[in-house]
Amino acid sequence: MTLQTSVTVNVSNSYSSINTATQGSVHRNHRYRTTFEQLVEAVARYQIDNQPSDDLQETHFTISLTGEESQFTRFNQAKVRQSGHVRDAQIKLTLISCHRVPAQDDSDSDNEVHQDGRTASTTIPFTGDFDVDWPLTQSALTRLQQELPLLPVDPYIVLPLSAEADNIQRRQTQTVLSGHLLNESDIANALLKPVHTLDFSGFYAGGLSYRAYADSAGKRHWFETPSFTLDYSLFGGRAQEAVKGTFAGVRWQQTAYEKSIEAAAKQLTLLTRPVKALPRGSYRTYLAPAAVADIIDIIVWGGGLGEAALRQGNSAFGKLEKGEGTLSEQFSLGEDFQRTSLPRFNSSGEIAPARLSLIEGGRWKNSLVSGRSAKEYGKPSNGANEEEAMRAPTVAPGTLKEKDILNELGTGLYISNLHYLNWSDLTAGRITGMTRYACFWVEEGEIVAPIENLRFDDDLYRFLGEGLIGLTDQQTFIPAVSTYDRRSLGGMWVPGMLIDQFRYTL
Amino acid sequence: MIGHLTAALEQIDIPADWIGIRAMQEVSSWRAMRDGYPQQNDHGLSQGAMVEVLAAGQFGYSATNQLTFESLRKAAQQAYNQAITTSQWAIYRFTQAVRPPVKGSYISPCVNTFDGMGVGEINDLLRQLCKHLKVSTAVVRTSAIARTHNVDTWFVSSNGSQIHQKLAMVESHLGAIAQAPGVTQSRTDNGYLARSYQGGWERFTEDDLWERATRIGQQAVALLEAPDCPDESTTLVLAPDQMMLQIHESVGHPLELDRILGDERNYAGGSFVKPKDFGSLVYGSKLMNITFDTGLEGELASYEFDDTGTPSERAYLIRDGILQRGLGGLESQRRLNVPGVACTRACSWNRPAIDRMANINLEPGETEFESMISSIESGVYMESNRSWSIDDQRQKFQFGCEYARKIENGQLTTLLKNPNYRSTTPKFWSSLAQVGDGKTFKVYGTPYCGKGEPNQLIRVGHASPVCAFEDIEIFGGAA
Repeated sequence: MTLQTSVTVNVSNSYSSINTATQGSVHRNHRYRTTFEQLVEAVARYQIDNQPSDDLQETHFTISLTGEESQFTRFNQAKVRQSGHVRDAQIKLTLISCHRVPAQDDSDSDNEVHQDGRTASTTIPFTGDFDVDWPLTQSALTRLQQELPLLPVDPYIVLPLSAEADNIQRRQTQTVLSGHLLNESDIANALLKPVHTLDFSGFYAGGLSYRAYADSAGKRHWFETPSFTLDYSLFGGRAQEAVKGTFAGVRWQQTAYEKSIEAAAKQLTLLTRPVKALPRGSYRTYLAPAAVADIIDIIVWGGGLGEAALRQGNSAFGKLEKGEGTLSEQFSLGEDFQRTSLPRFNSSGEIAPARLSLIEGGRWKNSLVSGRSAKEYGKPSNGANEEEAMRAPTVAPGTLKEKDILNELGTGLYISNLHYLNWSDLTAGRITGMTRYACFWVEEGEIVAPIENLRFDDDLYRFLGEGLIGLTDQQTFIPAVSTYDRRSLGGMWVPGMLIDQFRYTL
Repeated sequence: MIGHLTAALEQIDIPADWIGIRAMQEVSSWRAMRDGYPQQNDHGLSQGAMVEVLAAGQFGYSATNQLTFESLRKAAQQAYNQAITTSQWAIYRFTQAVRPPVKGSYISPCVNTFDGMGVGEINDLLRQLCKHLKVSTAVVRTSAIARTHNVDTWFVSSNGSQIHQKLAMVESHLGAIAQAPGVTQSRTDNGYLARSYQGGWERFTEDDLWERATRIGQQAVALLEAPDCPDESTTLVLAPDQMMLQIHESVGHPLELDRILGDERNYAGGSFVKPKDFGSLVYGSKLMNITFDTGLEGELASYEFDDTGTPSERAYLIRDGILQRGLGGLESQRRLNVPGVACTRACSWNRPAIDRMANINLEPGETEFESMISSIESGVYMESNRSWSIDDQRQKFQFGCEYARKIENGQLTTLLKNPNYRSTTPKFWSSLAQVGDGKTFKVYGTPYCGKGEPNQLIRVGHASPVCAFEDIEIFGGAA
């Protein structure tokens, strides 16, 4: 029996595919790309016209674009609470100045040294109308040019590398993914008719997303994709009687959506049993993939998997990296861009490897290294973003069959989701958080009762170490549904996890 | 801008019951130094407009970053279509009554404007602060951040509202991480970006800035040698910089009417507070007085009008321990039929306004800090939040702090590291035994209150005196 309610449809993994087919209901804004290219050319001309007279003084630029056309519809009690559309885009323009010190040997250009580096950036709106965007960009360039000499020297500037200088980088990439999303006028009907008898609450976010990069070294990257996410909950009569589901992809499929709702509604019936209040203590626990994703999410965003965090004493993985702590050999964590629809280029135009292992068989393998950390700590960059946070996480599966989950759990807790995780002690690797939604007390392989929510507080070196009993043999895709600043893209692939003596404290 | 938006409004030709345009321009700077080297020298300009339309009892919205008449007209049409196509599924039939016609303005305090300090000077200041933070080789990381924001918001509506609000804000951070074999400790300036205020540079270059930087570095190093906070139930004294988090998570969020209405159930969660509780629920001890106050000068979320144009007034949310009203604007007040405040807010032009906190403060009592400590035979004093987690009904929480001292026989004694405490909301506030006087009252804020679908991070302010709570479960390094 499975209690998993995360369903994902049509997640494209066609990185670097080029598809110009009509997008169903998605209206592609071709002006965005044309205008971006025009802006890049105009900035390049500006840069040439404004190069310092000193031949050894250089100014470089990078431009990143993020943009989206988004439909947002919020539901409560199977009704529409708010519905709207957002059209938003911005470019981040960075100027880098430095003084080039020629190599002793003229033929050895790779060993040129750059001194007195300074970096300044500005983010401005991008409307897709060159006549509006260029004056704003020009004004931003002037301001940055004036500001650069006033800034202190930055010893760790990241210069855009030419394709020739960086043989692992591709000079130009484009990814244009296709899909079919619901028409805006159809969303309420399509989503609410199947749930009109249920207490349905949720949020649909969908539309086109754009990401692009260009620099003075000639790199050009373009990524655009339609996508949608539906993050929903079904509620029963009691406050904690609820099931969570997610549904995401690039192509809306009504039948699959309705099946997802049917499955969730069936699971809701299990929650009508009398609630069991458990005393604090340690319990054998099965974390379903969505709950595992909650733990991986906090590890990804603040756990300190990057080189900078490790070197600066700001990481939960310092002990693992130094060999002072170990995790279970069953636990492997890495990035896999081949299984999710994300741009692989970062804000410096570097292309991340398709796959990168961070923790393998419980042992430290690689940190995430941005261009800046590469300079500061003398390690090669692996295309990490500025924050050195994972973008396409995947936790390797194990051998536990889905049909055996409850039997292997025996007596303990089945946890579908977690909530509000935080580091209770970052450098010790201790995480706290709450259980949420469909969580059950299980006895001898049988679901007995839903539980009152519990707080956990446990050390990852314990629960991902000797406490890790097993991982399911199948991974589930958990979509990224966050919409802070913009709609997230991608998600993570994770298995379920069986843990011995998971610690609950309140 | 008001003239431009009013003219744009006049050109919109849709059969709506009400139309509003909220335009916003935010000019920001982010300056950060780490270990004396520049980490960030960024500017930002964000501008655009949210057009909101009421038709068939339903609101629809459309946001655009182009402010031309044509763009605003298209946005209005799109917002109208959103309202009409979803009206048959509307959760409530609204009227213009939730968008009162108002004219007015608000300008935040600002003595030293942001263009009064050059970029070289700011960077030099941050570099010097890093030097002050690095009090010894045990400090392995120092950081100093200064962010500025000039935010203009203009609101016009078809029923005659015309509002302009102009805010200047500074957000700052100082931090030091110290390490010794097997132990790492971090100390900050009252918590990450807790020193966030309305005002100009005068809110950053305060007289005690250098002293604070040195103290942060010294305390980070001192914590390396400190024993862990003990595991016991005892009297807990919280400094205002931790009270900020305590008020935010266990008072502010549970009182949000949209959580009580269930709008937020799928994301941030609901609330243990029920509609019938307003006016009667004993939320805490009689010493507990919590106000919604957007008029406290310099506090981060001060304003005259919320983002729907509702005029704001100071109000007690909890008085003498009894729950009085919720945090909800006119829409939620109508739906729930309970009293609220003017707090329908949006983080920017590209997000719809929802029920949010603004300035939520605990009013000072009469106890001097020295007499509070001297009255405690055994307890622990904690400062500066470093970890927080609470359940989706806002009951079971666990919070951690950066710094603690033992209280023994009426004296602050041994330094303690890794201090944490846990409790449930009503039990905790019922144990409020002493409230500090006005001299202990401090104002802080955060730019990072997350909520809503689509997600929004909004600025909130919290002010509080020092408070003492009895019989609280505290613990240290291990859970």
